[in-house]
Amino acid sequence: MKTDLETMLASRDWLLTDGATGTNLFNQGLPAGEAPELWNTDEPEKIRNLYRSAVNAGSDLFLTNSFGGNASRLKLHHAQNRVHELNKAAAALGREVADAADRPVIVAGSMGPTGDIMEPVGTLSVADAADMFEEQARGLMDGGADVLWVETISAPEELRAAAIGIGRVGAPWCCTMSFDTAGRTMMGVTSADMVRLVDSLEHRPLAFGANCGVGASDILRTLRGMKEAAPDLPLIAKGNAGIPKFVDGHVHYDGTPELMADYAALAREIGATIIGGCCGTGPEHLRAMHARLSEMVPGDPPTLEEIEARLGGFSSDSDGTGAPTAKRRSSNRRRRV
Amino acid sequence: MADEEDDIVLSELDDEELVQQMHDDLYDGLKDEIEEAVNILLERGWTPYDILTKALVEGMRIVGIDFRDGILFVPEVLLAANAMKGGMGILKPLLIETGAPRLGKMVIGTVKGDIHDIGKNLVAMMMEGAGFEVVDLGINNPVENYLESAEKEQADILGMSALLTTTMPYMKVVIDTMVEKGIRDDYIVLVGGAPLNEEFAKAIGADAYCRDAAVAVETAKDFIQRKHNQLAEA
Repeated sequence: MKTDLETMLASRDWLLTDGATGTNLFNQGLPAGEAPELWNTDEPEKIRNLYRSAVNAGSDLFLTNSFGGNASRLKLHHAQNRVHELNKAAAALGREVADAADRPVIVAGSMGPTGDIMEPVGTLSVADAADMFEEQARGLMDGGADVLWVETISAPEELRAAAIGIGRVGAPWCCTMSFDTAGRTMMGVTSADMVRLVDSLEHRPLAFGANCGVGASDILRTLRGMKEAAPDLPLIAKGNAGIPKFVDGHVHYDGTPELMADYAALAREIGATIIGGCCGTGPEHLRAMHARLSEMVPGDPPTLEEIEARLGGFSSDSDGTGAPTAKRRSSNRRRRV
Repeated sequence: MADEEDDIVLSELDDEELVQQMHDDLYDGLKDEIEEAVNILLERGWTPYDILTKALVEGMRIVGIDFRDGILFVPEVLLAANAMKGGMGILKPLLIETGAPRLGKMVIGTVKGDIHDIGKNLVAMMMEGAGFEVVDLGINNPVENYLESAEKEQADILGMSALLTTTMPYMKVVIDTMVEKGIRDDYIVLVGGAPLNEEFAKAIGADAYCRDAAVAVETAKDFIQRKHNQLAEA
């Protein structure tokens, strides 16, 4: 059964996405350091399994195995000439799994950051980044993705570049940034900044929001910040299953299915429409989230204190929204041009 | 731009004002101005070491504090580090010539299996900005890379970075190997990366976990200071 995201958003109060890709592939034996995207052609059944596990857990939408599928990331594995092929394969496998489901399921073509730092502080220009995103977007759409899904972005310039590249392909898309540094992205973008940033894009996404970041509490605070900035698009929350802990030589995320169900319910009360997990989120978490979202009657949006009481403390006192933090020393001259 | 604010003439400032101005210019990431000011101080007879510590390292310390406190973010810090690098380019040969004391040397890289290097690059830049010598091993380093390089470079600090929960346990492999070879205490071992925390660093036997690049610099300075104190007492 095929549908598009816009149709689904119009008919539903909430959608459940998938959870972690990396965590689940590592559990299937992906060696650390290998590009997961290579499995789209080398181990297609394992990728189908990944997608099926999300569909079977109740996800309405899942992301393709193409997070690192841009030329800059694939170059680290000497696969930069396989961008179109690997992305097309990622989406085609997704198409197969979604079409076989007994309900409409959206295939979202995942597009992660280039990993390079953007000009002027770094080396990557918006034009070059846009070309890379365009190339990846074409592969994903040719493979049958319903929508493109730009995620874990830190730099505003990189998000603009993605919008330009995807705009050239003319594909519908969604985007999320990762707010992991005192409530901001690594490059200093606040939740309210992102609302304005998205608003200024020529090729607008269907929905936007936050993914990854620190813990469940932090991403809900980010969501509140976005809601307060009065966005006119649906919001997305894809948070990590707690925080990674090191036990007996192994690392695991400490978020239980119950905690993720709580997080999903709170995210919906704050106003997120598209809700899911990120790192550490497995099928058992998704099932618990699906059950809670299905049965809950949303109440008032939680306060920060309520979030803290239910899910634990925040990683920083402030998230950068509200009164601007004064720079300790302000420039007493301008940059010479 | 013919703006009034542009009219500061560095050479007309006295030493104290000029050093203040350099702190501001580092904060604002003004590379040309930093290079000009370094040359002025050299002409006035300042030692390269004094320029490094009083003007550049002190300026970057302020940048580091505001980064740590969430007032400045990565883009500003990178510009500041770039300006610092401009000044260092002038000072480096002179520092070697004059036999100025070394602040410390760090060997750094992401661990085997991990190709995510933004965090590691930031730490390297901030450490250089603070006046440390940094040997960057790049990504995906097996234990041999760390140990051979640390020995060859006579490093004080060994830094390891990982972004993945699947690769961070490799840090323990490196530290365990150092213990086996009896060289663990020859180096200060600092670890960092998004999924890490203090508890993890302790569990694997690192000296410290560094939450971000600014903390890495502060921690490195702290440990180097302690090391010097120990040597002085011995």
